[in-house]
Amino acid sequence: MRYRVIVGSAPGQTDPRGAGLCAEIATLGIEGASEVQTFDLYFLEGNVDDDAVEYLARELLADPVVQRYRWERLNGAPREEPLEAGTWAVEVCLLPGVTDAVAESLLAGARLLGVEGLTWAATGQRYLLRGRLGEREVHRIARSLLCNEIIQQYRLGPIMPARTAVRRDGPWVERVPLRGASPEELARLSRERVLSLDGAEMAAIQRYFATAGRDPTDVELETLAQTWSEHCVHKTFKALVDYEEYEGDRLVRQERIDGLLRSFIRAATERIAAPWVRSAFVDNAGIIDLDDNLEVSFKVETHNHPSALEPFGGANTGVGGVVRDIIGVSARPIANTDVLCFGPTDLPFAALPPGVLHPRRVYSGVVAGIEDYGNKMGIPTVNGAILFHPGYTANPLVYCGCLGIAPKGRHRRQARPGDRVVVIGGRTGRDGLHGATFSSAELTHETGTVAGGAVQIGNPITEKLVLEAVLEARDCDLYTAITDCGAGGLSSAVGEMGREIGATVQLEQVPLKYQGLRPWEIWLSEAQERMVLAVPPEHVEELLEVCRRWDVEATVIGTFRSDRRLVVRYGSEVVADLDMEFLHEGLPRRELRAVWRREVPADPGRLPAADPGELLLRLLADPDIASKEPVVRRYDHEVQGATVVKPLVGQRNDGPGDATVLLPLAALWPEGAARAPSGGGQPALALGCGLAPRFGMRDPYAMAWAAIDEAIRNVVAVGADPARIALLDNFCWGNPQRPEQMGALVQAARACYDAALAYGTPFISGKDSLNNEYGDGAGGRIAIPPTLLISSLGLLPDVRLAVTMDVKECGDALYIVGLTRRELGESYLHRYLKAEGGRVPQPSPEGPALARALHTTMRRGLVRACHDLSEGGLAVAAAEMALAGEAGLHLDLRQVPREDDADEDLVVLFAESNARYLVEVRPEDEPAFVEAMAGLPCARIGQVECIPHLVVTGLGGREVLNLPVRSLRRAWKGEAKA
Amino acid sequence: MTRVLILHAPGTNRDREAALACALAGGRPEIVHLNQLLAGERNLLDYGFLVLPGGFSYGDDLGAGTLWALALRERLGEALRRFVEDGRPVLGICNGFQALVKAGLLPGLDGHREAGEAAERQATLTRNRSARFECRWVYLRPEPGSVCSFTRGLPGLLYVPVAHGEGNFVPRELPLIEELRTRGQIALTYVDAEGRPAGYPDNPNGSAGNIAGICNPAGNVLGLMPHPEDHVLPHQHPRWTRGESGGLGLPIFVSGVQAGC
Repeated sequence: MRYRVIVGSAPGQTDPRGAGLCAEIATLGIEGASEVQTFDLYFLEGNVDDDAVEYLARELLADPVVQRYRWERLNGAPREEPLEAGTWAVEVCLLPGVTDAVAESLLAGARLLGVEGLTWAATGQRYLLRGRLGEREVHRIARSLLCNEIIQQYRLGPIMPARTAVRRDGPWVERVPLRGASPEELARLSRERVLSLDGAEMAAIQRYFATAGRDPTDVELETLAQTWSEHCVHKTFKALVDYEEYEGDRLVRQERIDGLLRSFIRAATERIAAPWVRSAFVDNAGIIDLDDNLEVSFKVETHNHPSALEPFGGANTGVGGVVRDIIGVSARPIANTDVLCFGPTDLPFAALPPGVLHPRRVYSGVVAGIEDYGNKMGIPTVNGAILFHPGYTANPLVYCGCLGIAPKGRHRRQARPGDRVVVIGGRTGRDGLHGATFSSAELTHETGTVAGGAVQIGNPITEKLVLEAVLEARDCDLYTAITDCGAGGLSSAVGEMGREIGATVQLEQVPLKYQGLRPWEIWLSEAQERMVLAVPPEHVEELLEVCRRWDVEATVIGTFRSDRRLVVRYGSEVVADLDMEFLHEGLPRRELRAVWRREVPADPGRLPAADPGELLLRLLADPDIASKEPVVRRYDHEVQGATVVKPLVGQRNDGPGDATVLLPLAALWPEGAARAPSGGGQPALALGCGLAPRFGMRDPYAMAWAAIDEAIRNVVAVGADPARIALLDNFCWGNPQRPEQMGALVQAARACYDAALAYGTPFISGKDSLNNEYGDGAGGRIAIPPTLLISSLGLLPDVRLAVTMDVKECGDALYIVGLTRRELGESYLHRYLKAEGGRVPQPSPEGPALARALHTTMRRGLVRACHDLSEGGLAVAAAEMALAGEAGLHLDLRQVPREDDADEDLVVLFAESNARYLVEVRPEDEPAFVEAMAGLPCARIGQVECIPHLVVTGLGGREVLNLPVRSLRRAWKGEAKA
Repeated sequence: MTRVLILHAPGTNRDREAALACALAGGRPEIVHLNQLLAGERNLLDYGFLVLPGGFSYGDDLGAGTLWALALRERLGEALRRFVEDGRPVLGICNGFQALVKAGLLPGLDGHREAGEAAERQATLTRNRSARFECRWVYLRPEPGSVCSFTRGLPGLLYVPVAHGEGNFVPRELPLIEELRTRGQIALTYVDAEGRPAGYPDNPNGSAGNIAGICNPAGNVLGLMPHPEDHVLPHQHPRWTRGESGGLGLPIFVSGVQAGC
């Protein structure tokens, strides 16, 4: 019997979801909606009767205090019900095969209630829209707000979810005729099968199978494509690069670069050779020492393409994926970070490229996806940034990071022959096929319809259980190696773990969500929340028992070998048999051409006259700079109790902290209890980030340096020791096959090397996401601004040294640390003055010495508040310190150390030069502070005032800005004037 | 030393903080998985103090705490009833509070019901007025007339974070609030920094009567939405770098540990 249960708000109860949607409809430019009512739909099937359904609805599905329910028996399709005039019904459900976690919980709940007969459940939503709406408008509302057709379907009227995924036509295992194929046929094959392999790579595969005397199976071809994908092996960063740099028409530099990763990123880490780096670029995450007993791992990933198509699911599984990277180094996740780049949220709908979701929808979906996964897993989301630029409209960027902690020496990373291949966690379905190769392709106006299978929804609770089971297994020493199932699924996980020894896998053993998957689909599926462990035979029973206790499904699916062959079977049929050496080393090295043309910035001359106060208010309200509090508060940043400097700081808990400081105690339970009582005296972690895509179009070298400088300043400002900062690099770029894109990449990578060496800050992990371009099908292309995210992980020797950016007490002195230069290129000042040209901020050679000296003053407790100068320069930093501390500031620009040409008030106030900080010092500590900073650009430029105004004396000695802190706050927080 | 059972259901995630808080409060906490209780590996009645910590049990998929409440009611009902009747302390935080309410243990006005018997739920915790998950620090006033054994004698306001999307306390009938007040079952209310009743965001979710926490008529079962376990050390205070301190949530756990001896 099949039933449909409808649950809605009880009369008199509010419907916050409906009210929210009603407001959203107005933002679509549709005026007619007066009310939206929301309902949850549940579809039940099995050997159950009316009484059982009534019982389930009452006890499980509806909250009797605030909700009402009704149900109906379904004979065939659900019946249409008559609606009042002016009312439209829209119903939405998931497409077959998309994870429906609520339905799974429903089945579990029914069993708890003793209702055993249910065999299937599904969920959906019903919306009643009231007002003056036409059918076309209702369709638009459904497509824009209620349903994403990548994962859902909708109807104007009752809907019925399909019960199982449809079995596709085609052979069970396909032999792909490769040996006789021409280069054109190889190219077509690569394109049609979404292999994302180039001619040389296809030819290498062709040669391998010619030697083997047979054609590959689809399983083999897919395995090679995933393993060789940009996502998995970073072909571009390993490629040989022929680099040419021009100044005008003159070639000024020409060289052959032996891989960007080797020559620049890893080279920096190797040159610095910090003794506290435990693992860089080897494991799923970079690992550093915290103290004698603990190690900290950090990884940042991107999930751009999936988030462009299905913002919630894309961001959701982005978080899930990077958390699994941390589980994959046997660590407990203690913090998440997220950095988001979107198109402008006020983009007119008419300007939206075809097939692209509106930035506002991407924004809200992505934030909800991050919130859902992080909050539910109990990992605090503590650091991030949100930037807007038209270049991100078709290719939003979603960077997800995760930080983990583990006892030293417990992570095992070497599977041995004879160890069992064990998959644990979620079941395998047809979800996420071709994720690795898809992420290496560019988006087009029709990507959504083609690549639907690459997008998924996560289940954070499953991953939480997997985490607990893995850590218990770690503590009992039950596995010899572990990795997550990410891009490429089992093929990539097993292929990587068995790289040196080989493995046999029996695909029919893999637990499936539903039947009908072909072998290559099982092998390549990127279904979420799965880990693969290498388990010695004598520990298999114990591991299965640990997993049972945590309600985690665990299955032995194969055995590691000793002959370096990867053999995949389905039953007795061998569906793949590959040489590990070819799989991992057979990839021909790419050769890329890179060209960079140095620009000579136009000199914009003197700035137009403008009121500094008015400009400051406009900058504070700029979406990039304005308060992100509404988003920050949706992320649980307190869970685990370790967040000792919070994302929002100051007198009203709403100022923009430079970096978060963590003192993990509960995460270390039960050992953490012993650390707690002393409170202070323990090392703490600081998390920051920097990115400066605005500079990237013009000067990627300066852009990368600025990102690194900012990431370092962030953590130094809260008290991290500059000698103990590790960096992560995440490049998001356009198509590297274009020489100018590659040239920009070379520039940025070179800056990474130079800046890391200057600061002595090694890179411990990195990732790249390339081909972030959009083709509209008519020849139009949009590439993102070259965007490098640098994440910083700093160590405070003692948590008690932590400093926040809010000013503390009137009468204290304010010092600026660092040199201000006439660097206005791509600045926010220029944006609002509509000025162009000018130099973008260049590397500040004095930066490392400043950071070190500033840190010594912090160690002596001389610094009461410290804020780094970034977007909007001195003026914005001062405003933020004032509003966070609820105190006034008086600044005298004449005292600011500056280069000679920085000779206008607006330049000193708004230039975005690197390596600068604003610091609050008690009067009695000033002599010691000044002495410690001797010889460096540092000067007293004012003081904290009891009268809550920001007052600035200009270079001419006149007052050039005087604003109440209240106004600054209103502008920055987007609050309407009272 | 009081043995504290920190109950872990699938999706629980603030169990470690609760354990740390209980240890700092002088108890001997043990995180016990629900499956261990159900399998008989652990016995609830061997413990003096039960904590239901925060998290997203079963993903909160069918409403916050709904499935956990079912598991408690259907599978642990009898042991739990005895535990409560003995007067042993039970503390439900956030998701644990939601589960206690949905299992009928709070406010527990109509006495105890037999296992399997469906009682009318008197109140619920539903979606925040703002329709959003919110993480922010709030002040809590221990209600002077409350019978709650956890909050009795607390010297001043508590200052602790909330982090939830479904914390709006809604009674089935409005007079329930008055009845809870009369019976001293309102243990904690949201107030501003001066201790005065105030609206959003001091009351972060729109709860009726600014209710942050309620207890059963006997006062030994307390449920609250905010997280006292996240403010047990001075460095967790949001403004410790400004020299501020106080409002620790630790005394709640000290009370529980002492009552559980």
